[in-house]
Amino acid sequence: MAFYDKIRNIDRRVIFLLIGLSVALPLIFTIRFPEFPTPMVKQIFGLMEDLPPGAKVLVSFDYDPASEPELQPMATAWMRQLAEKRAKIYIMALWPIGQDMARLSIDALKRDLADKERETGEKVPFEYGVNYVNLGFKSGAQGVINVVLTDFEKMYPTDAAGQALSTIPLMKEARSLKDFDLIVNISAGTPGLKEWIQFGADPAGVRIVGGSTAVQAPLLYPYYPKQLYGLLGGLKPAAEYEKLMGDRYPQYADIQKNKGRIRMGAQAVAHLVIMAFIIIGNITFFIDRRRERSR
Amino acid sequence: MFVKRTLPLWITFVVGTVIILSKLSPKTTGLGEDFTIYFDIIAVFAFILGGGNLVKIHADKLSKMGAGWGYSAVCLIGFFATLFIGLFEIGHPKGWSTDPTASGSAFNFIYDYVFKPLAATMFALLAFYVASASYRAFRAKNLEATVLLVAAFVILLGRTFIGSFVSFWTEPGTGFGIPELAEWIMDYPNRAGQRAIMIGIALGIVSTSLKIILGIDRGYLGSGQE
Repeated sequence: MAFYDKIRNIDRRVIFLLIGLSVALPLIFTIRFPEFPTPMVKQIFGLMEDLPPGAKVLVSFDYDPASEPELQPMATAWMRQLAEKRAKIYIMALWPIGQDMARLSIDALKRDLADKERETGEKVPFEYGVNYVNLGFKSGAQGVINVVLTDFEKMYPTDAAGQALSTIPLMKEARSLKDFDLIVNISAGTPGLKEWIQFGADPAGVRIVGGSTAVQAPLLYPYYPKQLYGLLGGLKPAAEYEKLMGDRYPQYADIQKNKGRIRMGAQAVAHLVIMAFIIIGNITFFIDRRRERSR
Repeated sequence: MFVKRTLPLWITFVVGTVIILSKLSPKTTGLGEDFTIYFDIIAVFAFILGGGNLVKIHADKLSKMGAGWGYSAVCLIGFFATLFIGLFEIGHPKGWSTDPTASGSAFNFIYDYVFKPLAATMFALLAFYVASASYRAFRAKNLEATVLLVAAFVILLGRTFIGSFVSFWTEPGTGFGIPELAEWIMDYPNRAGQRAIMIGIALGIVSTSLKIILGIDRGYLGSGQE
């Protein structure tokens, strides 16, 4: 009975400790599990792979450090793939901190491409103004999308570093949202993917794929598949995407370059611990109820 | 009275009507975009007001040495230090008049080594509370709660490798594997419910917006007493 009472009234500090360990240990020891890409992940990967060289892709970083562990792996994977496909990348942000998240992705990509050149001798072009441009953050949420739908320069007279847009070669090819081949949005809330679908991709008639936190994903399913081509909802699909990237581009197969797959170990174990607690909670609930009825 | 009530009502009516028309006629599209850019200008003043309000509240608390005044001191020091470093581009490798957030700047250092870890830590705490709350509240008390519990289990399992692992007995594509069941839950019951909610919200927004534009709902103007 004493054991049952302990389990029934488990101290919340024990729960916190177990959750802490279940997250920390898999990260410390890099425990990883196999990933089996789902059809939607394969579909998005296929779409990106089919992009012709020089395709114009707008990538909007609409999240902040709170969601970085969940969203940065998919952002990094997409940026790698776009660079490998020789796409022209246009970066912007509807969140103030999104600009810094974009910078993280750009810096990581530059390191990856330098590693690749050193290891294989193959140089992937990634020059500012020619292969990519960073427009930075603008406040106004869907208002920003409304304006760039017809005219980028009206909303962005300069890029993030203050350089006039008219002097950037890449911007001569994309005057409005309608000139793009694909929109990629990584978002953790509002403004985010929903706004990009409603005010950008749909009116412009441009395909959009998105990445969101797992919590936000159920809210975005109503747009799939007609208005939203595909969605990576949370860390799991991001890890699956990394698996596909590693299979297609071996230089990205190293586990240390796949933060999503490393973090999935922690998520899997934490999910198991939470499920164990739910089961224990329900067992004690049913035992208590039976006892009450028998009295 | 004119400045506080009538003028804002007219501004709301004109801006709201033009923005609606900009979606219906190409002739008014440019005007709608101009109004959107004006929003940016207004937002700048909102940032100043927000900052001013933050300083006022915490300075009051600090001067009165109220409960938690230490937190207010930290908040104000952080606010002014970040503002000063960002405005004057302290430690910027390229000097004045460049992107204050560029790599190597002191502002960027604050972002990387103060803001980012703090924001991530705050969000990470959620995992602990979710686990604790799940243990205490997620009970199969009735039929609805049981359905919710089963759906949650399938989604939790489907979002890890364990879902695929325990589905070894089923052929992929048959729809009976845990990951496929999780996908089905998201695709059908979830999507149907979300769409119903979304349509309801959209109708509500249309009705509220019309009431504001036409001046029927004037709650946003305040009581007018102050």
